[in-house]
Formats: sequence, C-alpha cells, structure tokens
Amino acid sequence: MLPDLGPVVPELIVAVAAMGLLMVGVFGRANATRTLCGLAILVLFVALVFETGLTGTRAETFGGMFVVDGFAVYAKILVLIAAAASLAMSIGWLRREGAERFEFPVILLFATLGMLMMVSANNLISLYLSLELQSLSLYVLAAFQRDNSRSTEAGLKYFVLGSLASGMLLYGSSLVYGFAGTTAFDGLAHAFGNGIPLGATIGVIFVLTGLAFKVAAVPFHMWTPDVYEGAPTPVTALFAVGPKIAAFALLVRVMVGPFSALTDQWLQVVVFISAASMILGAFAAIAQSNIKRLMAYSSIGHVGYALIGLAVGDQTGVRGVLIYLAIYLFMTLGTWAAILAMRQKGRAVEGISDLAGLAKTHPGMALALAIFMFSMAGIPPMAGFWGKLYVFMAAIDKGMVTLAVIGVLTSVVGAYYYLRIVKVMYFDEPAEVLDHGGGDGLGFVMGVTALVILFFTLIPAPLVTQAGAAAATLFGG
Amino acid sequence: MSEWPLLTITTFLPLLGAAFIVTIRGEAQAVARNARNVAMATSLLSLLVSVLAWAEFDPASADFQLIDQAQWLPGFAINYKMGVDGISLFFVLLSTFLTPICILSSYEAVRVRVKEYMIAFLVLETMMVGMFCALDLVLFYIFFEGVLIPMFIIIGVWGGPRRVYAAFKFFLYTLLGSVLLLLALIAMYYDAHTTDIPTMLAHSFPVTMQPWLWLAFFASFAVKVPMWPVHTWLPDAHVEAPTAGSVILAGVLLKMGGYGFIRFSVPMFPVASHDFAPLIYTLSVVAVIYTSLVALVQEDMKKLIAYSSVAHMGFVTIGVFTVKVQGLEGALFQMLSHGVVSGALFLCVGVVYDRMHSRDIARYGGLVHRMPFYAFTFMVFTLASVGLPGTSGFVGEFLSLLGAFQANTWVALLAATGVILGAAYMLYLYRRVIFGKLEREDLKSILDLSPREIAVFAPMILVVFWLGIYPSSFLTPMHASVARLVANYHVALQAAQGLSVAAR
Repeated sequence: MLPDLGPVVPELIVAVAAMGLLMVGVFGRANATRTLCGLAILVLFVALVFETGLTGTRAETFGGMFVVDGFAVYAKILVLIAAAASLAMSIGWLRREGAERFEFPVILLFATLGMLMMVSANNLISLYLSLELQSLSLYVLAAFQRDNSRSTEAGLKYFVLGSLASGMLLYGSSLVYGFAGTTAFDGLAHAFGNGIPLGATIGVIFVLTGLAFKVAAVPFHMWTPDVYEGAPTPVTALFAVGPKIAAFALLVRVMVGPFSALTDQWLQVVVFISAASMILGAFAAIAQSNIKRLMAYSSIGHVGYALIGLAVGDQTGVRGVLIYLAIYLFMTLGTWAAILAMRQKGRAVEGISDLAGLAKTHPGMALALAIFMFSMAGIPPMAGFWGKLYVFMAAIDKGMVTLAVIGVLTSVVGAYYYLRIVKVMYFDEPAEVLDHGGGDGLGFVMGVTALVILFFTLIPAPLVTQAGAAAATLFGG
Repeated sequence: MSEWPLLTITTFLPLLGAAFIVTIRGEAQAVARNARNVAMATSLLSLLVSVLAWAEFDPASADFQLIDQAQWLPGFAINYKMGVDGISLFFVLLSTFLTPICILSSYEAVRVRVKEYMIAFLVLETMMVGMFCALDLVLFYIFFEGVLIPMFIIIGVWGGPRRVYAAFKFFLYTLLGSVLLLLALIAMYYDAHTTDIPTMLAHSFPVTMQPWLWLAFFASFAVKVPMWPVHTWLPDAHVEAPTAGSVILAGVLLKMGGYGFIRFSVPMFPVASHDFAPLIYTLSVVAVIYTSLVALVQEDMKKLIAYSSVAHMGFVTIGVFTVKVQGLEGALFQMLSHGVVSGALFLCVGVVYDRMHSRDIARYGGLVHRMPFYAFTFMVFTLASVGLPGTSGFVGEFLSLLGAFQANTWVALLAATGVILGAAYMLYLYRRVIFGKLEREDLKSILDLSPREIAVFAPMILVVFWLGIYPSSFLTPMHASVARLVANYHVALQAAQGLSVAAR
C-alpha cells in the first residue's frame, strides 16, 4: 500500500525534478546549464507554493519517519527561499568563472531535498539519511571549481570533518537506540519519560556534537572559515543560509522533542556553545581582512545568538530562534549578493579594502551593504535588532540574564567589525573601482533584501505571529 | 487642528524630505542646491508643525497630550504611541529649532556629498524628534539607538582628520551603554506586561529589581549625558565632527541622557534613584569642577566648549536627582538653554574655522577690530554660557542650584564653584580670541558675518534672551508635569519606606 503522499508533495517535486533535470543535462544539448538553472529555480518556486499550501495541522507519513507541522513548514519556506536565491545568484558567477556545468543546479536541488527532509525528520534513521543527502551534495558543491586548489581543498576539508561529525552523530544515535530500543522520535520521548540511563545521556551529547558541527557552533566551527573562503562564492552564500537553517531546525526539533526529558543534561552544553560561539564570532572576526572569512566568523556569532533561543528551550525560545533565522536569512542573502558583485576588471575580489569608497562609486550597493551591516550589528531600526530582541526576551523570561548580558556585550564587539565595513565604504577614498553592471539578478536580490531589512520595523507583526504559531506546533500547542 | 497627528507629522516629515532628496538626480551643482533647499524647507515645515503642537498643548494638564497611536505588535502590548507632556515638549521644539539652523549653517561649509549630508541630517531629525515623542519603550529604544547611525556617518564622512577614530568611539561607547538598557527594558516588560510608558510610569517595579534596572538605565544615559568618567568620547566626537554635527551633538544628543533620567530613572525607579542620588551628586560635582579645570587649559576652541558641556550637564544631573520641583525645572531649563547656547558657541567656532581652517585659540586674537558683529554675537553666547542674569543660562543654573541647596548644601556649594570656573574659562577664551592686538597678517583681511550667518545667529540670540527674560513661557507648561512627577516620587518613596519599616 502506498503511504500518504500529501505531506511530501514539495519534496517529491524537488526529487523528481532533480532527476529529470539530470537526464536533460546528460542527454540534452551541449550546454544547457543556464536553462537548467532557470528550471531549477522554477521548481523551487513551485515547491514553495505547495509548501505554503500545507500550512495546517500536523501530519505524519512513511510510517512516522516523516512529519509535517507548522514548524516544518516555516523552516522549509526559509530553506526554499535560501536555495532559490543562492541559485539565482550563481547563474552569472558560473558563466563568468567558466564553470557552467549542468551538475550545479542538479546537485543543488539534491542538497535542497536533503535540507527539506532534515526539517521533517521524525526518526533517527530519516534524520541521518537526510543529513547525509544534504552533506554529500554540499561536499561536491564546495569542490565545484575542480581546477582551483582552494576550492578542492575546501571540499576535501569539509568532507573529512563533516564525515567525522556524521560518525559522531551515528555513534550517538546507536547509543540512544541501544538504551531506548527505538529510533522514532515519539518513542524516544516516551522511553526517556521515566529514568535516564547514563549511556543515553552520552548518546544525546554525541548527537548534539554532530549537529553543532553542522550549524558551525564553537567549538565545532574550525572548518567554517576555511570552507567559506575556499568554496565558490555562490556556494558559500548557500552554506551560510540553507544548511544552517535546516540543521538549526533539526537541532531544535531533536532537542525539544525526543530529548526533552534530558533537557537538564543538554542544556548546559547548549548554553556553553552558545556563549562560546558569540564570543568567538565577535573577537575572531576583528582581525580578518577577507570578507568571506569575516562573514564566516560573523555567521558563527549569529549561530550563538540563535542558540540562546534553544538554550531557553521553551516555546518563547523557539519562537526567538525562528524569528532570528528568518531575519538572518534575508540579511545574509543580501550581504552575499553584495560580495558576489565585488569584481575588479572581470575578476572576483574578496578583500574588505576592495570596498574602499564604494559609497562614491556604487552608492546603491554601498547603501544596501551598510543596511545589512547595521542590521547584523543589531542596530535599530534595522530588522536584525528584532531578531536579537526576541532571543534576549526569551532568555530574560527564563532568568538567563548572564547569557543575555554576554549576548549584548559581544554584539557591541561585533558592531566594531560591521562598522569597519561601513567605514571602508563611506569614509575611505576609492582606490580601485569595482566593475559596474553584470549584476545578473544580484542587484535585485540586494534591493529586495535591503528593503525587507529596512522596512521590517514598520510591520513586524506578521513574522512574529507566524513564528509564534510555528513554535507552538512543536510544543503540541 | 487637534485631529491632525501633529507629532507623527513632525517626526516623519523630515524622513519624507530625505526620501525625496534621494530621488534628486542630475548635475552635481544643481543636485546640491536642490538638496539644500528641500532639506531647509522640510525642516522648517517640521518646525512649524511642532510650534503648532506647542500651541495645541494645554499647559495646565500634567498628562500626555496630542497622543497618536496605532497597532504595531498587538499580541505583545507593544504599540506605536506618540505624545508629549511638559517634560518632553520643549525637547521636541529644541530639535526642530536646531535642525534648520544646522542645515542653513552648512550651506557653504559643506561642499562635498551635499545630498548625502542633507539626507543624514533629516534622518537624524526624525530619530531625535521621535525619541522625545515616543510613548512606548520599544519605540523609544529604536529611535534612541537609531540616532547613532546618521551621527556615525556625519562624523565619519564630513569630520576632521581623526574622524574615523572619533566616529567609532562615539558609536561603540554609546552602543555599549544602550544595550544594557535593552536588557532592562525586556525585564521591565515581563514585570509590567506592556511597554506603554504611561502605564509603566504608574506601575511600581519591585524594590529588589529597581537597583539593577536603574544601573542599566544609568549605564546608557550616563554615557549620553555624558557624566564623568564616561565623558571621554565627547571631546573627540565634538572636535572631529563638522560644525553642524557638533551643534546637534551638544544641542540635542546630550539631552537624550538627561531626558532619559527624568522620564524613566526617577519616576520608574524612585527607591533606587533615592539610594543612588549620592553617587550622582558625587559624579556630577566631580564633573563640574574637574572638567571646568580641564576646559581652562584647552588650546582648541571646540574642545574647550566640549568640556564646558560636560560641566554644564553636571548641573543638570544634580538638578534631576534632587527631585525637587525647582531642581527638575532647573535641569530641564538648563538643558534647553545649554542646547541653544552651546550649539551657538559651536557655530561661532565654525564661523572662524570656515575662514581660517584652524581651531587653535592661539591662532586668533583681536578679531573685534575686523569683526564687530561676530564679537557681539560671540559675547552674547559667552555670557549666556557663564550664566549672566537676563540670559538663558542664569535661570537654569539658579534653579538647579536652588534645588540642590534644598537637598544637600555641600553639593550646592561645590557645584556653585563651577559657575565661577565657568566664567573663568569662557571669559578667558573670549579675551584670547576677540580682544588683544590684531597681529597676524592673514587675520587682517578676515570678513565679518555674512547675511546668511546673521540669519543663523539672529533666532538663537532671540531665544537666548527670551529664555532669560521671560522664562515663564517655558516654565509654565513644564510645571504641571514636573509637580506630579515629584509628588508621585515622594509617595512611592514613602510607601517603600513604610514597607521596610513594617518588615522590621
């Protein structure tokens, strides 16, 4: 008998389309990459439309392996936007770098499929499978510029360290299975309801470690700066948003769902990695001169802030995480669009100093990037402020004042390096001018995201309400 | 007229002007001219609307008036709400009064990136006015921190040689203070279940929470005021900022701290305010005496006036924490007076800086021979700063000291020495710049005030004398709100003391 396919329609669309596009790529005309990219974006949009249609009640399928609820829908919408936008931003890059190979959109679709499945995983087995589908696709994407030693190095590094993390996750899962006798999330929550064996605690910590690696939280962040710097820029843009949001959603679901009985055990770990991520993200970024590395450290810091919400561990906390991730998605996409637009004489540049005097040569781009930087620093009226406000609100509600104080203090330190970019763009004289034009939708992404970030303050209510409703579904509310 | 949302219009009109300036295209010269004119027109219009708001204001009532509100985050009891009472009304007017003056004074001083400059100033005006009108704590915070962005750009782009250092110091220093305020704000939200300021003013926060909340607010406002020893960003920011930037910094931004103390710290945390008053007195007295002495030895005109600002704001903080009607009204009046006078003094420095491109006091001397109008203008503001009766400075200092005398005579005595020191450094500055022999060759051809500069100074002189000769027009509208604040403070204090006695 066929399982209920209703809840998995978006995933099915992406999966079938990815295989179809693969066939077109293999047997089709000589170079159809651009067409394939366009089609892939279209597929993601169709999936997005179906996803929004799903907003509603909780549904399980495939024998309880796969679950769709408000939380999953919310996270999947973010993932789909992230994937579509980063694919749109890569079209021009692929052409200019001479890397127009049809595998790119296809692999990206598979990675997206993995992310969507991660968000909906309801069993340790489906969790691992979806995570690996996503990771393997991303390893390939990181090494996509196969003639470039930095890119291949990034791919290899990501692969080796990622496999280590997957190994830990798998080991932790096996321990958990051994002590609970089940891999289903519902069963796990039930199994740990009365008495927690020590082995299960160790297992949960291993699972947490594996997932912390995927979201790049300190102390499992070492791969991030190297991979961000080495990987092709549009791929890095995807890394910064898609997998991060998916892994975050997964982390939240696992921790507050099946392992909610072990909250006392994992909470201290999450508090520590949250504080450590915020501190490292703030201080390590100061000395960077490469903007991709800087953004890598910045993303580590943002993970720290979002983790505050998980450390709180209740509905308010998860709402904070969801709001934070949505705002993070927009400002990060915009920033990476700006980084992709940094080209001098047809060559991509990555130095912060290459932005010197941008306010005079490219006023629009400078303004957009300044908006993103102020937003990342959490300065109102930019949207980033609201993300921080809601996670701090959750922390203070739970009495975690120390974590909130660390959060605000590191945000001041972080403001220093965000301001440094504004300073380079606005206060310094232009040295070598960046190329004009050739945006290929980059300007569009920048403009839309900048407007979203700038005007979010006027109408914050819809997102906050949506996030609140999504968080409620996770707590059976 | 009362059905018009006057405060919302005052606040967002400049933003509309800024949006309009963004769209101006064409030749550089024409763009600059149009940007100047649009900025001038919108800021004047905003001034006009704020004056209408003043006319609508009922001075007999202590309540918030001219309230505009709209739903914002309905599920959280966080709403868009604007309104003024006797305490905030004049800060709104001060902001709308100084902005057109700043814009007019920059007509010739700013020649590069005029369009961006005007946009930054209009955005700044929106943030300032919005901050004084906000009746919701989250809204207040957004404006309060939003001010940093345009000011950072103004100092960093159009500032002096060390502008980058000064801009960063300004931004990070004030941000560090205000993030703690954010945490306190959230804690207060969970206690009062709303961020509506009038409701929070009526709410009594637990006595055990008050010291922490007070300290968090203090961290933010003390940096803004600025109080000794966290004042060090101010001289740097003032010296490096363009003239108009200094005017707004001294005129309005410093008042945000004093306003915050009066609006939040004293009425919301009366017990903590009472307990911490000695700390404030000590820091303020040190500020008054120490920074006055520092001002005496300055070689740079702007730096001297910057240090004098710290000293003058010391009177304000003393006045606020006496929590006497005279003290509070004195503090408010002193802030208004200082806003106009120090702004004008920075403009006076700007006049000679535009001509000679130097702020060294030693570089000048004998200007009275070439610039009689300038010498007169400078004299008026010098004397107002010293606190000569008949000028605005006298009323504020006198009332603050009167309040201080009721609360603590030693504080009054020590603070009063600041008045003498103030006279010393201001008159010393005036003598060195204006009097003496006109010896330097290049000064011999220096020109007196242009008609445009006279137009800048004339309204300021007028206001200085108005404040000094007929203070009632300003003190009367303040009175009801201040009196209620003081009454509520003492009631809350007695209730808390009664509780602690009962607990024994």
